[in-house]
This record gives sequence, structure tokens and C-alpha cells, in this order.
Amino acid sequence: MPKRGTPPIHGDMLQGTLDLLILRTLALGPAHGHTIAYAIERQSDDVLAVEHGSLYPALHRLEDRKWIASFWGTSENNRKARYYRLTPAGKKQLTEQTNRWDEIVRAVNRILRPA
Amino acid sequence: MSLKRFFFRNRWDDERARELEAHLAIETDDNIARGMTPEDARLAAERKLGNRTLVREEIYQMNTISFLDSAWRDLRYGARLLRLNPGFAIVAILSLALGVGANTAIFQLLDAVRLRTLPVNDPQQLVEVRIGNTPNGRTGSFISRRPTLTNPLWEQIRDHQQAFSSAFAYSNVGFNLTTGGEARYAQGVWASGEFFSTLGVPALVGRTLTPADDRRGCSAPPAVVSYGFWQREYGGSPSAIGRSLMLDGHAYDIVGVTPASFFGVEVGRTFDVVVPLCGEPLSRGARSALDKPDSWFVAVFGRLKPGWTPEQATSNLASISPSMFKTTLPPRYGAEDAKNYLNFKLAAFPAGTGVSSLRRNYESPLWLLLATTGLVLLIACANLANLMLARATAREREVAVRLAIGASRGRIVRQMLAESLLIAAIGAACGAALAQWLSRFLVEFLNTDNNRIFVALSLDWRIFAFTAALAAVTCLIFGLMPAIRVTGTSPGVAMKAGSRGSTDTHERFGLRRTLVVMQVALSLVLVVGALLFVRSLRNLMTLDPGFIEDGVLIVNLDLRRSGAIAEQLPPIFEDITSRVAALPGIQSAAQAFIVPVSGSGWNNSIVINGAKPKSAVVNFNSVSANYFRTMGTPIVTGRDFDDRHDTLTSEKVAIVTESFVKKYFAGQNPIGQAFQIEEPPGAPRPLYRIVGVAKDTKYTDLREAFGPIGFFPAAQGDPKDTSPFMQIVLRSNAPMNSITPQVSAAVTQVNPSIIVQFQSMKDQVRESLLRERLMATLSGFFGALAGLIATIGLYGVMSYTVARRRNEIGIRMALGADRRDVVRMVMREAGLLLGAGLVVGGVMAVMAARAASTLLFGLQPGDPSTLAMSAVALAGVAMLASYLPALRASRLEPTEALREE
Repeated sequence: MPKRGTPPIHGDMLQGTLDLLILRTLALGPAHGHTIAYAIERQSDDVLAVEHGSLYPALHRLEDRKWIASFWGTSENNRKARYYRLTPAGKKQLTEQTNRWDEIVRAVNRILRPA
Repeated sequence: MSLKRFFFRNRWDDERARELEAHLAIETDDNIARGMTPEDARLAAERKLGNRTLVREEIYQMNTISFLDSAWRDLRYGARLLRLNPGFAIVAILSLALGVGANTAIFQLLDAVRLRTLPVNDPQQLVEVRIGNTPNGRTGSFISRRPTLTNPLWEQIRDHQQAFSSAFAYSNVGFNLTTGGEARYAQGVWASGEFFSTLGVPALVGRTLTPADDRRGCSAPPAVVSYGFWQREYGGSPSAIGRSLMLDGHAYDIVGVTPASFFGVEVGRTFDVVVPLCGEPLSRGARSALDKPDSWFVAVFGRLKPGWTPEQATSNLASISPSMFKTTLPPRYGAEDAKNYLNFKLAAFPAGTGVSSLRRNYESPLWLLLATTGLVLLIACANLANLMLARATAREREVAVRLAIGASRGRIVRQMLAESLLIAAIGAACGAALAQWLSRFLVEFLNTDNNRIFVALSLDWRIFAFTAALAAVTCLIFGLMPAIRVTGTSPGVAMKAGSRGSTDTHERFGLRRTLVVMQVALSLVLVVGALLFVRSLRNLMTLDPGFIEDGVLIVNLDLRRSGAIAEQLPPIFEDITSRVAALPGIQSAAQAFIVPVSGSGWNNSIVINGAKPKSAVVNFNSVSANYFRTMGTPIVTGRDFDDRHDTLTSEKVAIVTESFVKKYFAGQNPIGQAFQIEEPPGAPRPLYRIVGVAKDTKYTDLREAFGPIGFFPAAQGDPKDTSPFMQIVLRSNAPMNSITPQVSAAVTQVNPSIIVQFQSMKDQVRESLLRERLMATLSGFFGALAGLIATIGLYGVMSYTVARRRNEIGIRMALGADRRDVVRMVMREAGLLLGAGLVVGGVMAVMAARAASTLLFGLQPGDPSTLAMSAVALAGVAMLASYLPALRASRLEPTEALREE
């Protein structure tokens, strides 16, 4: 459940942020779309509520760029599900984009809170 | 975005749908676990996932190249339209296939004989060395297909030129593969040692010839065979290398095979075997031309040194010409010939595309045929444009609705073009396939036993580009115009016009009329052209050549292997001739040095009373008694030769033709007159007494005007000069193939090593008219095709008019017009279109025929009767075609026609 007073941020996340979050989630191990969506929600303490539907075009885009790969597997509760895993290229992207993200955050912070 | 994704985007979409479904299932399970009812669980899961279709569409879009996608959809739509109208599709594709196929076939031939460079190394560096200035011509004997230089001159060039990194000489020869009986010929090349290295052609198997193989006096030279010969004679076996090949009775060791693509330097010919030039005396013996400075029998090619242009090479050759011609001056030449000879200058001519007599004879006919087939295609396009216009009109309301609800005009034009593109592409593909067959048919048409031609037909980028361009242009012509037309009307107007459409307004319908007028005009041009060629051929076939070719058989004899020396030959010839003449079924037989229309000739200047008359060059022939009877050439006055009276020791006599008499003895009694042949000073000049006058006869060519000819009795020829080749002409009513075995047997009885070859006079005459036959056949076919297409076009437009005017015609009939009035009205309109087309076409035909005037015989390009015949024929067929719709109009029931509105 979202915390009171802090409404969840929806689809209007920063461009590319969702991609970064997906990559980060998959860095922990292969997962299917449902797991990824909940993982992002849970790990952000429900601040970043992903609209589940919007996850799939992002997954498709990442797979198209060969950063992630997919395969059909069986879910925890015995249902067929399409699993995604990080490729070596995806790992590299994750490192690069994380660094980039840190830079942006630092830069934005410098402006918002000048020393 | 990848093309792979694009083509499998539907599979991808299914995949995503399954994935989303799986997501829902998991979420539903979770919700149930949280305590919801299954229905609520499912609904909550769906809410959480959001709009699934939107997600799928977003992914689908990512997989799509939108231009390709819409083009693909347009094409599928076009294909569906074509399937719905199979009749239209078949007519459209067939007419395009014929047009494109004919164009491509002719272009392929042109490409092979004119445009393509030789398949050798750096062909643009190759030049041919010829005498650049021959104001008064060369004299001497001319042997081979390209007798441009003599061997002594070639040796001078080889030793003194500085312009070429290397150069070679070659000559062609027919080698006999058999050692007796009926001849079997291989097409041979005598090549100097530098032939292959200059061209840069490597051996496919074994080795090629080198300068070391070409040493004067070589006794057992090697031979290199062509790929085709290797396959044919040795089944492509590598063991052919080292085998011995008998050519003209001499053994040659095969040392190599040339690549399949190499056909020599003469476009339109190929070869079977190449042997060194030093082997020439083996075949020709004492008649070898290697040391004869007046025997023109080789052609010389050089490869320019890097950086040299043909012009620089020419000036280099010109600077060394005087000394070369001085060194090689033939001692037999008189003062006049010598002066000419010493003035000759050699020059270099670009030869990267090879040399070709086929090109000389067929280049302009082929361009003309290309123009003809181009017109046929244009007429077919006009026809298609008309059909498409009619179809577009029928869709006018649909288009108007789409425009009104916001479709862009470009999008609709693109969609309509897709259908035309489909027709054009299928038509062009069928045409390209048809062309392969057609061009082979054309080559086969030109191929005769005596004149083996070889054209390396291959598909190169030029042909593909040509066919693709044709398809694109045709598509634009017949597709774009109707599409632009139909989208050009403002939607309001189109819809207001109601079910009748607005396209029968004058402006719109005017386009279709213009198209028909153009079709009629262009087809008149083609019909006139066809008729001109057909009549030229007819003129040539029906003219009186001065002999009767039916029933005459030509027997070619080769006595080189008989072992007889020149002086012993005349009695052998006489023996053979009398044996052949005595065979059952043979009416008469005679020797002939030259057979008319065979292409060979013998001429010289004559001297009358010690003086050379104006234009003194006369064609000669040496024949035995009965020649005139055999050929069916009447003796007008005087007598025939007589084997008993006209002998070596009796007075030299001659029979001349009527033209000879008219030219040199006009107004006198020719019998008893005498003339001499101009010989070099010091040589004897016997006096020939005229004993008879024969009717005029053609000599080298049916197209030539009758010229003066002198005949001498074979029995009075100088025995020392007797050639081991001889021809017998014989006349018989029996079928040719029943005579040839008898003749062969008779010849073999005399000497089994004599080689015999047969040819009927009729075939020889036919072959000499090959080009005319080709033009008449093809232009006749295309002319008929064009007329047919134009007639269909006219029929279509008239039917359309009648359908459009049903209402009006109904009113007219209701008001009292009778059927004849209606027919007259429709026919008047058709006549108007036809008349306009014929007038325009007549003017165009007269102008176009001028371009073909050199290919005509016995006709003027603007021949009025031909023009009239073509116009009447075309008009007749076209009026017949419009009569059907007219008749249909007159059978209208006025009440029915009126009720429809």
C-alpha cells in the first residue's frame, strides 16, 4: 500500500528510468514480468508504482537492444511465464547507466541545494 | 528495429499476447490468495495491467516499418483486385510480358553484339591496326573473314611498333576434321604466338600458345581448343590434353583448353581450335600466304602501352608506315597499285568491344527492331492506361468518400499505383523469362550451316537495368496517370454526379480518346514498316536473278589431300564432272569457279583495243560447258562453251552478259569482239574473243544491280594456277537428299581422299536474304500485334462510349431514330478517332520509314501504295471492331434504357 501523503509516481517517470530499474531488478536473477513489476514496487517502498502494462513495451525494447534475453519457464505457483535475464551487454549497460544516474542526481542536487 | 522482427511481427504479437495472459493469470492467483473471489480477482488483475490492446499495439508499432507495412498492405490489396478480375489481369500481364519480352530480347542481342566489351583483360586497351587511308583500295587476294593486312606487314608491325606492350595477328580458317568423304569442319584460328598473352586469356586446362610455339616452318605445332569443342569432342575430359587432333590431315597436339567465356575477338563468331600462324603452310601448302605481300588475310590487334591513347598509337604507326610499306611492296604491282600502296598509313582503332561483321550487318536492323518493340510496348501501355482509367472511373465515388473523410491524396495514389506496380512487375518478370527464349530463337534464326554465328547471350546488369526500367516506365505511364486523374476531382463534385460518375465529361473522356488516337497512329507506323519490309523481301524473292535456283545443287570439292599437283587437277575435275553428269536423275552438271550469290567474287579491269575504258572493273567467272544450261541462264546470241572446241590450244574465248555488251560494245555486234584483262607490265595479256552473250545474272548479291560479267571456259584456264578447291553445279528434278549419296559415291570412286560438301542453290539464295527475312518476319509479327492491340483499344473505348450513352441513345430511339441511325452515329465517332489516328500515323510512318530506307529493296520509304494498303487494312479491322458495340447500341430497347435512370 502506498504511504499516505506520497502518491505513487506513475508512467511519467524520467525517460529511461524504467529501463534502468528493470535492468537492476534482473541483476538479481531471472524474473518474469509480474515479479519485476512487484519487485520494483516493493523495493521502492511503493513509491514507484509501475503500471504493469507499461512494463512490457519496455521489456520488448530492452530485448530488442539485446540487453536482456527471454525464455519461457514455470512460475512459483506453477504457471507458464516468460522469464527475462540480463545479458552481458545488459550488465555493462546497468553499470554505465547507474553511473550516469548518479551523475544526474548529483547535478540536480547541486542546483536544488546549492552549498 | 530489424527486418527479421518486421517479417515476424505477427508471431511476436502472439507471443506478447500469451505473455500478458500469463501475467494476468499469476496476478489473479495472487489476488485469490489474498482472499478475493475468482471473478473479482480477475477483474482486479486486469485493472492493474491496464489496456492490453494498447500495450500490444505499442509493441507492434515498435516492430513495424510503417512505410513498408502500408506498401505491403497496398500490394496485397492490389493482388486481391487482380484476383477478382482475372480476365483483366491476364490481358494486362500478357500484353506487358510480350512487350517487355520482345524489348529485352532485342536489347540482349544488341548488348551482346554492340555494347559489351570482350571477355578479356582490360579490353579498353585493345586496338585494331588497319590501314587508315585506303583512297584507291587494296589489290591482291583477300582470304578470311577479316582480311585487313598481309603477313609481311604484320611482321613489320611486330618488329617495329612502339605503341603496344604486345600485339598479335590472327586469321580464321575452316579446318577439315575428316580425311576423306563428306567434310566436317572445325572453326579454326591461326594466331601468332602473342595472341593469348596480349588478350590476357589464361588456359582453363593445360596451357595456351606462346611465342615459342609460333616459329616459321614449324612442322608439328600445338593446338588450343575452345571449351565448347572440348566438351563436344572430348566430353570435357582432362585426358584430351596431349591427344593428337587431325586438322586438314595434319596432326596437332592439344596442349590446352580456353575458358568457356572466351570466344575470340570477333563478336558473333566463336572458334573450335587455335593453332599457331606458322601452321598455315601445313594447310595451304604451296599456296601459303605467309610470304605473299599481296595476300590480305590477317587482322592485327595490339594492347596499348599504359598511358597511350589510340591517337598516339596512330601517329606512331603513321610515322613508321612509309618504311614498312616500302619494305613489303609486292613486286607484281604495276605503277598505279604501287603508288597507292606506298601511300598507305596504318592506324589504330579502339577494339575493346571486338570486331564484328555481324555488328556491321545487324546493328541498324537491331536498333530499328528495338524501336519497333518499344512502340509495341507503348501501344500496350496506352491500352492498359485506358483500361485502368475505366476501372479508376468506376471507383471514383469510393475515392471521393475516402478523400472526404480525410485520406491524403498521396496515400490513395500510392494505393492505386500498387496495383499497376504489381501488373508491371509480374509482366516484366514474365517478359524477362520470355526474352531468354526469344533471343535464343533470334540467334537460331540467324544461324545457318554455312554461316555459324555465335552470340554470347548472358544476363548482365545492363539487361536487368533495362528490364527494370521498362517495368517502371510502363507502370508510371499506365498507372500514375489514371490514379492522379481520379484523385484530382474534388469529392463534392464526384459525389454529386451520382451513380453516373463525372468522368464522361468531355475533358476526362478526351484523354481516353487521345490514347486511342495515339494507339492507332503508332500501330499504323508499325504496320507500314512491316509491309515495307515484307514487300522488300518479296521484291527480292520474286526478282529474276538471271538463273533458276530451284533444282540446282552445289557440290564443293576439296582435293588438297588427293596428292595431285596443280597441273594434274583439270583432268580430274573433268572426270568428276562427267561422272556426276552421267548419274541417273541428273539433267546437267558443270564446273564453276564462282557460284552466284555465294559472296565470293573475282574481278579485274579490262582493256579494249589497248585502252582501258571508263569504269573498267568487270566481274569474272570460269565455268565449263553446260554451266548456262545448268543454271538456267539463257544464251541470248552466239554459242555456249564447247569442251571439244574450246581447249588450251584453241583461241581464248569468252561469253559476256548483256550489261557487258551495253557498257562496252553499245550499238555493235558483240560476237567476234575481243578484250584483254589488265595484267602487270611484262605479264602476258591474252586476247579473249567474245563468242556468246548470256542474259544478265546476279553475281555476289541479289540486291546489286546487274553489272558486266565475263565468263571464261574452265578448260582454257592456266593449269598451273588450278586451285585444289572446286565447285560443281548440277541440275536435277529429284529430291536433293536422294542425289547426294550418289554424287558422294561417284566422287569417292575417282579418289577417296576428296572431301565433299553439299549446298542447295535455293538455300544459298535464302541465306543471302537472311537479314531481309528477319526484318520481314519480326516487323510483320510486331505490326500485326500492334494492330491487334490498337483494335482492342478502340473496341474498348467504343463499348465504353455506348454504355455511357445508353440513356441518350434510348431517348433518341424513343424519339424515332431507327437502328441504322444509331449504328451510323457510333460508327461516325469511331471513324473520327480512326481517321485522326491514321492521319497522325501516316505522317509519322513516312518519317520513320526514312530511317529504314537502306534496308528496303525496290521501294521508296514513302511508298504511297504501301501506306494506303496499311491504312485500309488497319481501318478495316478497326471499323469491324467498332461495329460490334454499334450493333449492340442499336439493339437497345429504348424503354429498358430509359427505365434504368
